Amino acid sequence: MMRFLSDSAIERLREAADFPDLTGTRYELIDKLGQGGMGGVFRVQDTALDRQVAMKVMSLVDSDGTWSARLLREARIIAKLEHPGIVPVHDSGLLSDGRPYYIMKLVQGKRLEEHVSNVAALSDRLRIFLRICDAVAFAHARGVLHRDLKPGNVMVGPFGEVLVMDWGLSKVVAEKTENSVSQPSELSPANPRDRTTAHGTVLGTPGFMAPEQTRGDSVDQRADVYSLGAILQFLSVDSSSVPRALTAVRKQAMAEDSSHRYQTVLNLATDVAHFLDGLPVSVYPEGPLIRAGRWIVRNRVWILLLLAYVIARALLIFFRPR
Amino acid sequence: MHKALLGLILGGILGVFDGLSAWFTPAARPEILGIVMGSTVKGLIAGVLIGYFARKVNSLALGIIFGLGVGLILAYAVAAMQPGPNHYYFEIMLPGGLVGLIVGYVTQRYGRGPQSQPATQ
Repeated sequence: MMRFLSDSAIERLREAADFPDLTGTRYELIDKLGQGGMGGVFRVQDTALDRQVAMKVMSLVDSDGTWSARLLREARIIAKLEHPGIVPVHDSGLLSDGRPYYIMKLVQGKRLEEHVSNVAALSDRLRIFLRICDAVAFAHARGVLHRDLKPGNVMVGPFGEVLVMDWGLSKVVAEKTENSVSQPSELSPANPRDRTTAHGTVLGTPGFMAPEQTRGDSVDQRADVYSLGAILQFLSVDSSSVPRALTAVRKQAMAEDSSHRYQTVLNLATDVAHFLDGLPVSVYPEGPLIRAGRWIVRNRVWILLLLAYVIARALLIFFRPR
Repeated sequence: MHKALLGLILGGILGVFDGLSAWFTPAARPEILGIVMGSTVKGLIAGVLIGYFARKVNSLALGIIFGLGVGLILAYAVAAMQPGPNHYYFEIMLPGGLVGLIVGYVTQRYGRGPQSQPATQ
């Protein structure tokens, strides 16, 4: 007699099938951390080094090996990006069933959107933003575009460390040596050898994707600048009143036409850092009165001390004993 | 700029202004040159001492306290040296202490401190 399985039983079987068979590797499965577009991320125990790490495993049916190649390519790209703001890759390989995997540092933090709900001060949020910019600027200097920057792809660790995650949609547009730095013109044209993301394919997250990326046109580092502008908007949206200079920075970063945006992440970060330091930003012209006011605010302590001295002197002159 | 040099310059400038304020006291006008010179030297000594302290001790609070102390002590010495029965302790020590306080704050916040050695592997 034929018996049918219930939906929940099928779901449990499907979940069990999703869990990778780690036989033959030095890793032991602990639990599942999340599911991405092409792969699942699991917490595993590295038995050789006795530590917990994260394992990303391909979970898509991959008949022609395209997705497997993409996952390994992602691992190789991240491995090249050794930076405190980019999660490091430790290892990669193939499971017994032929699926590729890679091992990365287990980041035990919060996603940016969750973290900022406890960060009220705009200045603290902007400092996090600058750390994101650092990591992305570093990747650009190595010829790598992220192409999917959004709050969900940024983790903030328990000690305040900021990590840019999920480089699955990243794209190498220029091979760079360790010490070389890309100029905008070098990063601008899409590398014709890059066949992984064909022209016309739309990859990314709506709302954080540059218009040219949404259209499926070729993109350069200015697409990441747009996404960073969208993150800046996300970070400042809760603030009761966003200063005009910061709004100007955000608008410049999110300009529809990429030629009107900041041409590099470094330029964007410099303006945000200037804003934080109470200095004028390049995209918001200020009158002499505003500049003077800014200077006074920045140097208020010693100006007050000097004023106290002058007042004390004046009082002593006018009320001196006759 | 070296913190001691910053203290020297700032102390000197404030000392000059301190001395020039004697012009508002008609009785002191004939001796204004000597007063300005004395006040400038006092400012220079206070400035270099406070600047040197700022180079050695990196603490805003301690810098301000030290500056205030040096300013008051030097101003006290100047007041004690005044000829005649009236030493004007309050009139001399109040601005003197404030000068020390300002120099103490500025030298802690600004100026170049000692260079740290780069770490080697």
